[in-house]
Amino acid sequence: MKIMPCPLNGPRNISEFSCGGEVEHLPPPDCDHAQWIDYVYLENNTAGIIREWWYHTPTAYWFVAERDTRTDEILRTWPAGDFLAEFGEER
Amino acid sequence: MPFALLKHGLTRRRSVPDAFPEPGDLKDSYDIVIVGGGGHGLATAYYLAVDHGITDVAVLERGYIGGGNTGRNTAIIRSNYLTPEGVKFYDESVRLYKDLSNDFDMNILYSERGHYTLAHTDSAIRTMRWRAEVNKHFGIESELVMRDDLQKMVPQLDYSEDVRYPILGALYHAPGAIARHDAVAWGYGAGAARRGVHIHQNTEVTGFEISGANGHAGRVTGVKTNRGTIRAGKVLQAVAGMSGEVAAMAGFRLPLKTVPLQACVSQPLKPFLDAIVVSGSLHVYVSQSSRGELVMGGSTDPYGVYMTRSTLDFKEGLMMHLLELLPFISEVKLLRQWAGMTDMTPDFAPIMGETPVDNYYIDAGWGTWGFKATPVCGKENARMLATGEVGDLIQPFALQRYHDFNLVGEKGAASVGH
Repeated sequence: MKIMPCPLNGPRNISEFSCGGEVEHLPPPDCDHAQWIDYVYLENNTAGIIREWWYHTPTAYWFVAERDTRTDEILRTWPAGDFLAEFGEER
Repeated sequence: MPFALLKHGLTRRRSVPDAFPEPGDLKDSYDIVIVGGGGHGLATAYYLAVDHGITDVAVLERGYIGGGNTGRNTAIIRSNYLTPEGVKFYDESVRLYKDLSNDFDMNILYSERGHYTLAHTDSAIRTMRWRAEVNKHFGIESELVMRDDLQKMVPQLDYSEDVRYPILGALYHAPGAIARHDAVAWGYGAGAARRGVHIHQNTEVTGFEISGANGHAGRVTGVKTNRGTIRAGKVLQAVAGMSGEVAAMAGFRLPLKTVPLQACVSQPLKPFLDAIVVSGSLHVYVSQSSRGELVMGGSTDPYGVYMTRSTLDFKEGLMMHLLELLPFISEVKLLRQWAGMTDMTPDFAPIMGETPVDNYYIDAGWGTWGFKATPVCGKENARMLATGEVGDLIQPFALQRYHDFNLVGEKGAASVGH
């Protein structure tokens, strides 16, 4: 089975995880209709390297992984706190 | 046809006419350019020629005809969906499918089998009753069958109660059918090519020429490919799993995620299963092809990848569930496995019609329900491209519905958890 290197639990079978979608900005509470539609429905759906949220179900742990959607290679993972500290607003 | 067979059988040499004559170089300009030579694109080209007499059409295909999702699905055709929009649309498709072998003069092996969607819980029975009533309202043969009757109709299944999900009943849809899927692509392609449509294989679209993009999304005027740039009056994109990437070239985003859907077939067996059996709770669908192979599929992969690889997880999960329905096939071997890249929408309904770019139309969001819609998509796309009017059947599937929060909610779709 494919292995996900979890920042908290180490290498685990990928069936223990759920994918939470690409990392994106939550729009501000006073955003306009178009921004909200964009956030709720539209996807980049990139064929290439993306950063996305992952969740380790047994330990209820969210983190960020960098993955190439053309090859399904997992390139890097961060604990959520480290990711936000490193990329903050520009992510 | 049978006489031709006899004649060629008695002569030593037979010449098979080329179904897709090589159209040569790309012309400088086409009235209509269809991006994607799958079933939907080819059917659109076919109906443009047949219904509207428009043949200045190019179909651009990055790979080869029949190499994409048209040849990767499990070939099931049915119309017992849940929403009125879906039911009317797919019913028209089934009606068109029945005549295709005659239209093409080529046997697509359309075979009506009866389609059974199993229910294993009280809530599933409730949904099946709902679907049956919606279907009957629109004149479609569809009814709820409870366990005792079902056992007589599909005696092959395991009806014991000491399994994880005992069978309580099923939604029975008599017109449910299977067909030879690549023949559908070949039939539409050959029919279109014979009438003058240019089908360019190994031709990859690399971008679009869009004019007047100041302030609004602009108007498409040309298509850039790896073999040169062509001017285009109108463009239709029909590229399934690559929809997001192609739409990005045209400058807009879509509510789609590209997720692989895997399937497999067993070694050929003597005919024993005439029905098409589906279980949403167990994520299984199975039918026996005319070659005797069991054609089996399950749910989409748990996360998105632009790959058509197969995984062991998928087969383990599928077989665990399938053996609960058909325990006696445990010694049967798998013969082939494959995957297709599906473009899943959040409401399990397609996206058809106009886009933010003028003269640029879309046929996407076909997730796990595209093959059965091939004829009606071709017909409606052709009408839209020829007349500029979006027909009533496809109006509900407009991209605009997401901007209006007016989703379709098609929970009758296959291979998705509800």
